[in-house]
Amino acid sequence: MAKGVLVDITRCMGCKACQVACKQWNDLPSSNPEFKDGLTSPPEMDGYNYTTVFIEVVEDKKNNDYTIRSAKRQCMHCEHPACASACFAKALQRDPKTGAVVYYPHLCVGCRYCMLACPFDIPKYEWDKQFPLVAKCQFCFDPKGKYDRLGYGLKPACVDTCPTGALKFGERDELLKEAWQRINSDPKYIKHVMGEKEAGGTAWLYISDVPFTTFGFRPNLGTQPLPEYSHNFLKWTPIIAVGWGTLLTVLYHYTKRRQKVASESNKDVHM
Amino acid sequence: MSANKGLLKEIAEYKWRFTMTTTRKILLMLAGLGVACMIFRLATGLGMATNLNDKWPWGLWIGLDVLTGVALAGGGYGTAIIVHVLHRGKYHPIARSAMLTSLLGYLLVMAGLFMDIGQWFNFWRPFVSWGHTSVLFEVFWCVSCYTTVQVLEFGEILTEKVGTKYHNAFKKALPVLMIVGIVFPTLHQSSLGALYLIMVDKLYPLWWSPYLGLFFLISSFFVGPAMICVETGLAGRAFKHEVPIHVLRGLVRISGVFMVLYLALKIYDLSNRGVFNLVFKGNLEGNMFVLELLLGVIIPIIIAFSSMSSTRKGLITFGVLVSGGLILNRMNVVFTGMSASLGGWYFPSIMEWAVSIGLISIGVLAYCFIAENFNILDHDEHHHKATA
Repeated sequence: MAKGVLVDITRCMGCKACQVACKQWNDLPSSNPEFKDGLTSPPEMDGYNYTTVFIEVVEDKKNNDYTIRSAKRQCMHCEHPACASACFAKALQRDPKTGAVVYYPHLCVGCRYCMLACPFDIPKYEWDKQFPLVAKCQFCFDPKGKYDRLGYGLKPACVDTCPTGALKFGERDELLKEAWQRINSDPKYIKHVMGEKEAGGTAWLYISDVPFTTFGFRPNLGTQPLPEYSHNFLKWTPIIAVGWGTLLTVLYHYTKRRQKVASESNKDVHM
Repeated sequence: MSANKGLLKEIAEYKWRFTMTTTRKILLMLAGLGVACMIFRLATGLGMATNLNDKWPWGLWIGLDVLTGVALAGGGYGTAIIVHVLHRGKYHPIARSAMLTSLLGYLLVMAGLFMDIGQWFNFWRPFVSWGHTSVLFEVFWCVSCYTTVQVLEFGEILTEKVGTKYHNAFKKALPVLMIVGIVFPTLHQSSLGALYLIMVDKLYPLWWSPYLGLFFLISSFFVGPAMICVETGLAGRAFKHEVPIHVLRGLVRISGVFMVLYLALKIYDLSNRGVFNLVFKGNLEGNMFVLELLLGVIIPIIIAFSSMSSTRKGLITFGVLVSGGLILNRMNVVFTGMSASLGGWYFPSIMEWAVSIGLISIGVLAYCFIAENFNILDHDEHHHKATA
C-alpha cells in the first residue's frame, strides 16, 4: 500500500521546523538567508533545498481582513510521475511499495527533461557544480540505506518534527478519507483535496481554507496521468517504423523496375 | 593486397585543398572562440557558462542547436525519399549537397546536445538503461542511429577519393542505408515535437497540440527544399555552381503542397480544440503565432505557386522565409510558448551564443572543405567518374 502525507494548511504555523529537519536528515548544506516578501526563506526550492515553507498574506474579501497562511512544498510523489516517465535513463523511478519517487544519481545524464515534465515544478538542479545532479525530496526513502527512514518504518523527517500536526503520515487511502472528513465537518475548508486526482493522483495531499494557487499550485492541472500523453504518441513508433520501412522498400523496387522497363524499351528516361 | 596502398598512406598522399578567403578566416576565428568556450563549459559546469536556471532548464542550445538544427538538417531525408526511393532523377544534382548538409547538421546537433548535458561523461547511459517510456529515449536512439547511418552513407562519397577499394562495398550497402536513413528521421523529427506533449499544462495552447509530433514532422519535411534553396544560393556564389531553376522550382512546389497540408491541419487542430480565438487575441503569444504562420507558411505558399518561384530571387526569398519561419516556430515552442507558465527570466549568456555560433561556423567550414575535396556539387551519376 502506497504511503502518503496529509498537509492541513490551516494547521501550519510557518515555523519551518520541517525545512530544518529535511536539511539535517539529508546532509544538505546551509546557505545565507534570502527572503521573498520578507517571510519566505529560501524564496524557492533549489538544488540544496528539498522543501520550502511558503508564507503568504491572503486577503479575506468577505471580512475585509488579511490572514497569514503557510504551507510547505516538496515533491508530491505522483502515482504516475511525469518525471520518471520523461527520464530516458531511468534515473527517476517510483517505488511501488512506498510510493516514493526516487532519484538514482548514477543513472542521470543531466538532460533536465524531468524538470520541464513535472507539473509541480519540483526537480531542481545543482547549477553551481561541475557535474551537477538533479535534486528533489526523496520521501526520506533511500534504497541504499543511508538517508532511509521509510524503509525502517519511520515517518519522513519533516512529518516527525512537525509540532502542530499539520503534516500527517499514513496510508494514502486512509489519509484521503480523513481529508474529506475534515473538509465535510468544517465549512471553512475549500471542498477540494489537492493531489487526490491532480495529474493522476499524488502521495502528498493538501487541504486548505485559502486557494491552492496561493502556494504556487498550477490552476489548470488536469486529472489525466501525464505519462499517458507520451505513451499515446510512442505506441505508434513500432507500427510506423515497420510500415514506413516496408512502404519505402516497395516504392524503391517499384520505381527502379519502372525505370528499367522504360530504358529497355528505349525511351529516353532522364536519371 | 600489397599492390594496394594502406588507407592511412592514401589519405596522407591525397592532395587536400582548402582555399583561404576573408569569410573563412572570420569563420575560423568564430569556430576557435566557440571551441574555447566549449572546453570552458565542459570543465566548469553549466552554471558558470550559461544563464540557465531552475525555471529555464532548457535554453539556446536545446532550442536552436538541437530542435532547430535537426529540423533544418531534415533536407537530407526528404531528398533521399525523392531521389533514391522514388527515383526522380531530375533532382539528382542536389541530392549529395542536401545529404552533406544533413550529415553536418546532425553532427553539430550531437555536439550541441553534448554541451547541454550536465553529466556529459554519462551520455551513453540510455543505451543500457532503457527509459523507454520517455519520448527523449526515442529521440536519443534515432538521432544516434541516424547519424551513424549518415556517416556510412557519406562513406560512398568518401571512397570515391580515398580508400577506393572499399567503394563497392559502400555502394552495395547504399539502398539499405537509404531506407533505414529515412525511417529514423521520420520517427525522431516527430518525437522532437512530442517531447512537449507531456508539458500539457505548461506550453501555450496555440502550440501544444496532440498533433505536435506531426507538425514537427511535416515542417521538417517542407523546410528541406527551402534549406536547399538557401544553400545552393550560397554555394552557387562560393563555388560558381548553379543548380538549374526548374530543379529547385520542382522541389519548392513539393514543399508548397506540404505547407498547404500543414496549414490546413493547423487550422483544423485549433478549431477542434476551441482555441482559435487565441490567435487574434493580440497578446505576445498570439502575435508571434500569426507572425510565424504568415511569414513562414502563407507567404511562401504564394511564392511557391506563383511565377515568383521561377526566378532565383524568388527561390531564395522562399528559402529564407521558410527556414526563418521554422526557426521562429521552434523558438516559440521552446521560449514564447513556455514563458507564461515558467516565469522567471532567461536570456542566453555570451558563452552560450559563442558556442552556438562556433558550432555553426565549424559546420560551414566543414561543408566548404568537403565540397572542395569531394564530388558534392558536380557529380555525374551516369558515368560514375572516379575523379572530377
